[in-house]
Amino acid sequence: MKRHFRVWRGDATGGDLRDFEVEVNEGEVVLDIIHRLQATQTPDLACRWNCKAGKCGSCSMEINGKPRLGCMTRMSTFTENETITITPLRTFPVIRDLVTDVSFNYEKARETPAFAPPAGVAPGDYRMQQIDVERSQEFRKCIECFLCQNTCHVVRDHEDNKEAFAGPRYFIRAAELDMHPLDARGDRKEHAQAHQGLGYCNITKCCTEVCPEHIKITDNAIIPMKERVVDRRYDPLTWLGRKIFRRDQLESSESMAPTSSVGVTGVAAGTPFSSARLPENAPVGPDGHMDVAELSAPIQGGPSPFGEDITFPLPPEEIVYNHPSPEKDR
Amino acid sequence: MTTTATQPGGGGRARAAITARTLRTDRWWLAPLITFVGLSAWVTYATVRVFMHKWFFVEEFHYLTPFYSPCLTDRCGPAAEFGTPLPDFWLVPEAALSLPFLLLFRLTCYYYRKAYYRSFWLSPPACAVPDGHKNYSGETRFPLIFQNAHRYAFYAAVLISLLNTWDAVVAQTTGLGLGNVILWVNVIMLWAYTLSCHSCRHIAGGRLKHFSKHPVRYQVWTFVSKLNTRHMQLAWITLATLALTDFYIMGLAAGWYSDLRIIN
Repeated sequence: MKRHFRVWRGDATGGDLRDFEVEVNEGEVVLDIIHRLQATQTPDLACRWNCKAGKCGSCSMEINGKPRLGCMTRMSTFTENETITITPLRTFPVIRDLVTDVSFNYEKARETPAFAPPAGVAPGDYRMQQIDVERSQEFRKCIECFLCQNTCHVVRDHEDNKEAFAGPRYFIRAAELDMHPLDARGDRKEHAQAHQGLGYCNITKCCTEVCPEHIKITDNAIIPMKERVVDRRYDPLTWLGRKIFRRDQLESSESMAPTSSVGVTGVAAGTPFSSARLPENAPVGPDGHMDVAELSAPIQGGPSPFGEDITFPLPPEEIVYNHPSPEKDR
Repeated sequence: MTTTATQPGGGGRARAAITARTLRTDRWWLAPLITFVGLSAWVTYATVRVFMHKWFFVEEFHYLTPFYSPCLTDRCGPAAEFGTPLPDFWLVPEAALSLPFLLLFRLTCYYYRKAYYRSFWLSPPACAVPDGHKNYSGETRFPLIFQNAHRYAFYAAVLISLLNTWDAVVAQTTGLGLGNVILWVNVIMLWAYTLSCHSCRHIAGGRLKHFSKHPVRYQVWTFVSKLNTRHMQLAWITLATLALTDFYIMGLAAGWYSDLRIIN
């Protein structure tokens, strides 16, 4: 059956909502309708997409005013005579139709200090307890769809805050690294407060509401980060203790320096972040050779995901499924 | 890694020109409206009750309403457990030493901040609905930078929860009635709300980097984390139990009805 859609078409110079009547079938998602529009009525409609499975974070758009992934919004969630309005993300400059320029996010990513390995531990020798990395792992689910960045009113409604405010996606990055059991940087809290604009967040939780990966951005990243900043910056007892015992003078002032990166498009394009570890030689032993690892294993090459005692092809009588037959649908 | 970003043709850096302020079609205004009405009603009730200066104590069963605990003015009479250092002036609440801290605890609470920023300050009223203000600096400067003092309000709230527990214990010495049950439910809910606080979660273990080195604190943190996911519900439940407890004791003290006794 046909349903009524309104899709924003245009570019940076202007545009408007156009009306379409599109066929909708059972089980389809909004991205399927965009593809049907491209195939039938508007072959030049621009839209980013990749995996159609909610894992690549490309098809971010606003559906009936709500920031959503096109591929994860089922048509069955709308009533049959409901008009569905599809617009590009509002917070970022539009390129064309549903495609926006999200380079703001990549610039903020470059300004976030990278993981700093602990001194004296060779690559490959990092060891962590599972309960220590669990908290950080939640934030690794992020697919960088930037729906949280788009919905956050700090930059959505106040363009002038874009310079000072990094956004929820980079607060979870900051929290991930600050909670990382092996990260050696001690100044991430100061960085989040002074250079990421953590104080701009007023914890109204819209980032958590729109996250398609259901990361508890506010409760598990932003609020813990705010509390960690309080430890260092606003807690009067801690402040007094640091003054009395002069702990603040022990810390190097170098690590407090603001980032000098001006982003992917600026003059610093392509230069590595200043705190990144410099390239190292391979870790060789006193004999000048690397440690033997996989060479001493009983089997060469990577292990089989099916186990080492199975050979392929399997005998047909052991197979527990029927091969699809070309006759099946007749 | 990509080092060049897509530059749109024509040098345009403009956002999509969408005229509607919001295209949301659901009832996004309902949640902030309910919050607005609920919080306003509660604050009105509490203000009226705090400055009423009567019907706060049932001497027979030693029921003291949480809005008047600890009772510290000359009006308290037998309700004064800790002396009466404060003068009998209508602007001074009987619990002048605990109420300001409880107010601060709720005002700086991470849940209530979300609730009143959305429903009272409209910043933003709902997700993807425009902020009602021209400029925005969040919690970066005076006065909102003091929201960072939440943990001190939490410490005070723990002490006050101890006082409320004491009130429930003292009331228990007179026997058992419906009033006792209401007081205990209120106290248990107040503890649940206080311990589910985000600052408590941080203090209990959230500030650690290595849970494996602190197994006990990890257990405590896990427990507080479970409570913490219910912080919003507990915030509303405690508003309800506080008002109910107070109303029940007001009705008893005023003689509108008598306590339903189970023992004694």
